[in-house]
Amino acid sequence: MPVVSFREALNQAMDEEMARDQRVFLMGEEVAEYNGAYKVSQGLLQKYGPKRIIDTPIAESGFAGIGIGAAMVGLRPIVEFMTWNFSLVAFDQIVNNAAKMLSMSGGHFNVPIVFRGPGGAAHNLAATHSQALESIYAHFPGLKVVIPSNPKDAKGLLKTAIRDNNPIIFIESEVMYGEKGEIPEGEYTIPLGVGEVIREGTDVTVVSWSKVLQHITTKAVARLAEEGISVELIDPRTIKPMDWELIFKSVKKTNRLVIAEEGWPFAGVGAQISHEVQLHCFDDLDAPVERVTQEDVPLPYAHNLEVHSLPNIQRVIRAVRKVLYLD
Amino acid sequence: MNSPAVSASSAETGRLLGLPPDTLLKWYDEMLLIRRFEEKCAQLYGMGKIGGFCHLYNGQEAVSTGAIGAINPDDYVITAYRDHGHAISKGVDPKAILAELLGKRAGTTKGKGGSMHIFDREKNFLGGHAIVGGHIPIAAGVAFASKYRDERRVCLCFLGDGATNIGEFHEALNLAALWKLPVLYIIENNKYGMGTAVARASAVEQLHQKAAAYDMRNEVVEEGHDVLKVYKAVKSAVDHARATYEPSLLEIQTFRYRGHSMSDPVSGHYRSKEEVENQKKLDPLTVFADVLKGAGLATDEYFDHAERRIKAIVSECADFAEKSQEPPLDDLWKDVYVE
Repeated sequence: MPVVSFREALNQAMDEEMARDQRVFLMGEEVAEYNGAYKVSQGLLQKYGPKRIIDTPIAESGFAGIGIGAAMVGLRPIVEFMTWNFSLVAFDQIVNNAAKMLSMSGGHFNVPIVFRGPGGAAHNLAATHSQALESIYAHFPGLKVVIPSNPKDAKGLLKTAIRDNNPIIFIESEVMYGEKGEIPEGEYTIPLGVGEVIREGTDVTVVSWSKVLQHITTKAVARLAEEGISVELIDPRTIKPMDWELIFKSVKKTNRLVIAEEGWPFAGVGAQISHEVQLHCFDDLDAPVERVTQEDVPLPYAHNLEVHSLPNIQRVIRAVRKVLYLD
Repeated sequence: MNSPAVSASSAETGRLLGLPPDTLLKWYDEMLLIRRFEEKCAQLYGMGKIGGFCHLYNGQEAVSTGAIGAINPDDYVITAYRDHGHAISKGVDPKAILAELLGKRAGTTKGKGGSMHIFDREKNFLGGHAIVGGHIPIAAGVAFASKYRDERRVCLCFLGDGATNIGEFHEALNLAALWKLPVLYIIENNKYGMGTAVARASAVEQLHQKAAAYDMRNEVVEEGHDVLKVYKAVKSAVDHARATYEPSLLEIQTFRYRGHSMSDPVSGHYRSKEEVENQKKLDPLTVFADVLKGAGLATDEYFDHAERRIKAIVSECADFAEKSQEPPLDDLWKDVYVE
């Protein structure tokens, strides 16, 4: 199987879908001549020309709205936000127009659009540039929220997202673009709303995604394995729709649940998972659900404070040990 | 304006712009339909049958009629929340609009959108948008798609004077001009954004001049009560957009007779009764009736007959809306996602 980086996988997905469907185009800041702020769109301008690979001015609300309007009348835009933090400038367009158009128009107009770009904290970028926004977007009916954790999923999910007839929030990780992984040969897609068991286990279910999954949770799980603790690790891959059955099935087997994510705790994705699990697996739970999140503060600049705020391996290990009543 | 006079020059306006008499009479009927339709809405709102916010178009009829009269059925129209008039002008079934206002399944959006969100895909009517400014970039996107497919279809985007102060207006104008998108932004300057006079909200009172910041073609129509003048300005901008893909910003000066919405007073601190009464002397219907009579295209008998015909249509709309069913509860979960 070919080994490619996250950014190459995303690039392949857009390239293949643009070759397949003339209605697909990419717009965003620096996506064309600069080849993308994070080089995700490298080479696409050369291949598809300025009609379909479009540099925008710094006007998120304006170009997000242009994407929505184009989608309403039959095109299939990919709108890149240089980071998801900047999507907040276009919040009205995304949540009032993209998310609600189908319902509010009584089914007259759907909005087949993908909003994509990097999310989450990088390093020393401070409060406005370090946000994990998946829970906010998942709050709005009408949106689907996709958050791949590896190159294989990134490519397969992005291709599906581009073909989907609904507005998709596609969140990549700013610090994972260079990370490599195996992807299948040739054409493949991955359905939205289907999670994956990354590692089977028997003692505790841990749900985690994106950078926290790759950089923290998998390492914590490996150390726990050395102590003889068997974790079943689940990557939901799509936050909305969530693969509830996969999670419930696992919790019914392990009877314990930990959720590790980068977002804030209040009304976070983990809060929703906890609720659904207590509702559907109440009799199966042997311990209260534990969550590992960022601290409930704006992320600071100073390295030591930043690290102290974000989820880390020790906190995941502590949470797992806690639901096993080992501490 | 001291002595409101009929737009005398209208009679000569290119011998009624070379348009067939049927078209001109149809415009009169359309304006009358909008007027009577809105009066019926006010009545039904007063009876508690229409809920929420309901913004009426009385006084502005010449704008939607003249502007939409200048485009083709396959061209697009998008507007803000004062949308009944534009929808009627674009050919949306007034029965379905009124059913929507009454929250019925037979409504334009099956009871999901209400007064502020009228949509009709078949008529290329893209809403009805209730967040001020939010639809302005969408209009550029619709025009973008037209150009992308080289269709030469234009998009008319109506907005209020108040919307020219919000960021999305400026982002959209910049992008439309930068990328040469065939969109016509039509500011319906009715002099007040809710209760705030234009001069209290905008550093530039001549709103069309805001186009200069984006090197965009622009024009002002001071006599927005004159359907012929509205048509002429819009037609010229449409022709230009089709030929060159270039956008325009048109400011059409007009006046709303009612309050901002049905919850608001007609006059008060922000504008006097006298101002409203004075403006009504430039009524678009009366002015156009005089023009048609002057040109020998219609007689008093025609107008009496039109009044009866339109009254019957509006009654039929109200009957249809009243008798329509509420949406079934299962509809709550429909049209949230496309399968």
